Amino acid sequence: MNNFVILPILIPLLTGIFLIFLTRKVNVQRVVSLISAIISIVIAFTLVIEVKTDGIQVLQASNWDAPFGISIVADMLSALLVLVTSIIVFSVLIYSFKHIDADREKFFYYPLVQFLIVGVNGAFLTGDIFNLFVFFEVMLMSSYVLLVIGGTKIQLRETIKYLLVNVIASALFVVAVAFLYSVVGTLNIADISQRIAEVEQPAIITTIAILFLVVFGLKGAIFPLYVWMPGSYYAPPIPILALFGALLTKVGIYSILRTFTTLFYHQPEYTHSIMLYLSILTIIFGCIGVMAYMDVKKIIIYNIVVAIGVILFGISVMNTEAIAGSVMYTLHDMLIKSALFLLIGMMIAKTGTSNIKHMGGLIHQSPLLGWMFFIAAISLAGVPPFSGFAGKLMIIQGAFKGGHYAGGLIVLFSSLIVLYSVMRIFIYAFWGEKKEYNLAAEQKKDNRFLLLPIGILIAVSIVYGIGTEAVYTYVSDAVQVLMNPSDYIQAVLKEG
Amino acid sequence: MEILMSVVIGILFTIATYLVLSKSLLRIIVGTGLLSHAAHLLILTMGGLKQGSVPILSENAQSYVDPLPQALILTAIVISFGVTSFFLVLAYRSYQELGTDNMDELRGNKSYE
Repeated sequence: MNNFVILPILIPLLTGIFLIFLTRKVNVQRVVSLISAIISIVIAFTLVIEVKTDGIQVLQASNWDAPFGISIVADMLSALLVLVTSIIVFSVLIYSFKHIDADREKFFYYPLVQFLIVGVNGAFLTGDIFNLFVFFEVMLMSSYVLLVIGGTKIQLRETIKYLLVNVIASALFVVAVAFLYSVVGTLNIADISQRIAEVEQPAIITTIAILFLVVFGLKGAIFPLYVWMPGSYYAPPIPILALFGALLTKVGIYSILRTFTTLFYHQPEYTHSIMLYLSILTIIFGCIGVMAYMDVKKIIIYNIVVAIGVILFGISVMNTEAIAGSVMYTLHDMLIKSALFLLIGMMIAKTGTSNIKHMGGLIHQSPLLGWMFFIAAISLAGVPPFSGFAGKLMIIQGAFKGGHYAGGLIVLFSSLIVLYSVMRIFIYAFWGEKKEYNLAAEQKKDNRFLLLPIGILIAVSIVYGIGTEAVYTYVSDAVQVLMNPSDYIQAVLKEG
Repeated sequence: MEILMSVVIGILFTIATYLVLSKSLLRIIVGTGLLSHAAHLLILTMGGLKQGSVPILSENAQSYVDPLPQALILTAIVISFGVTSFFLVLAYRSYQELGTDNMDELRGNKSYE
């Protein structure tokens, strides 16, 4: 029993409630959000250390023993994801100070970010499948409002679609939970895992597993369920886009990782081969997307699809190397995607356009921005020694070991396409002749300050890449739990 | 009884799907409402439609109904209520701003150029 585990959910919740009362005082809101973000980083860091030294930490809410109450469980995977989330939120908040316009700041932007984090951290930490649904809804509700905040035409139009897709996904989630409850008669993830293992996953459970794959696939944007994403993510301002791109799809992927390693792992020849084909199709369609557009936002959004495909591929291969690779790659991707979104936000702010054909010569204007983009770009593609390399290497190693040669080669080839797509942005936007941009007077403000949060993210990702060996000792703990569900069950059910 | 309820849930899903696929935004919202109703009924049916007293310990009652599906439905109802009301406000506001509630006109393919 450890009350510490609930703090990553509780602190943003209390901060969010507190901030609602301060809507007109923008400066106070900024300071309070920032302090809360720093506290969250410290807590998440302590949680990681604690899980490393003492094993999985569990909180049984209101002291109801599992499986009767709701368990909050922090294993290494959850703790690492919470840590990366708080680092991203810290940077995006600093970025928002200069980038989000005053109207949005006055209309609940900061409280909404906090509530979004409640949902994201809650989904990472919960040990109860229905509670996962509730935290998904907390996260989605804030994301609906964040998507539409400001009320421009494109935002209203795209929010309708996003909302509709997610309402249907939520209904399916409830249906899947209902079916699962009717078969196993429990909602605690550890208990479900134990009971499925006892009956060795009959066909009905496998069917339910596929229903869960559809639900999480809708949130996580895997093929063919990703089509809502390029449209919806295009609409909101850059800091919100960075939060969505880095966190929301990863929550979907985390749920797939958790359910398909802890619950539905008895029939991999069926469930995991479906995931394998879907992941390869996701990579291919994502690659087509990144090459098809000349719009920086679109290119990076389609890069999310490619990354989701790569991570899902690692999960579906389902051996120790591939799962470790997926975890490493997920953490890397969260950091580097948020950095890239913030970088293109700065490029758009400097040029007033998001089409790379209309950009040029930015390296003369802002060399630091150019080199940061370069590092982020090669890091995304997985060039050593940067952070993307180790994860991709392990996924491919796992694929070859598991005999999935074609899939491994497709992942390798997708890295080339990703490199091509971001280098194309670099060449078009930073090289060449300096162009004149017709910016409005208020857009011409000095925005060098924005390099600070981007610098933080890039620095963390470089440390992550160079210190891969040290990071791996933590990731291997996470994989240990994922590959041996009995550790997870033991920690939750024997806790007393 | 479970069979009958399953048929009812099936009909609700059918109607919801039909409404969600229509062009008018208001019909879509009604469709999502029906969809969540169907999901809630499904939880109730999946828990098993038992007869018995309320799930509070007492000396007289011999059998109890399962309290968990009811707790789940309550939570799910509150969530879908919130989402539906947000959807209605969003629809009204978009109708004011965009001047249409026809999904064909809300495709927005042009803006990506």
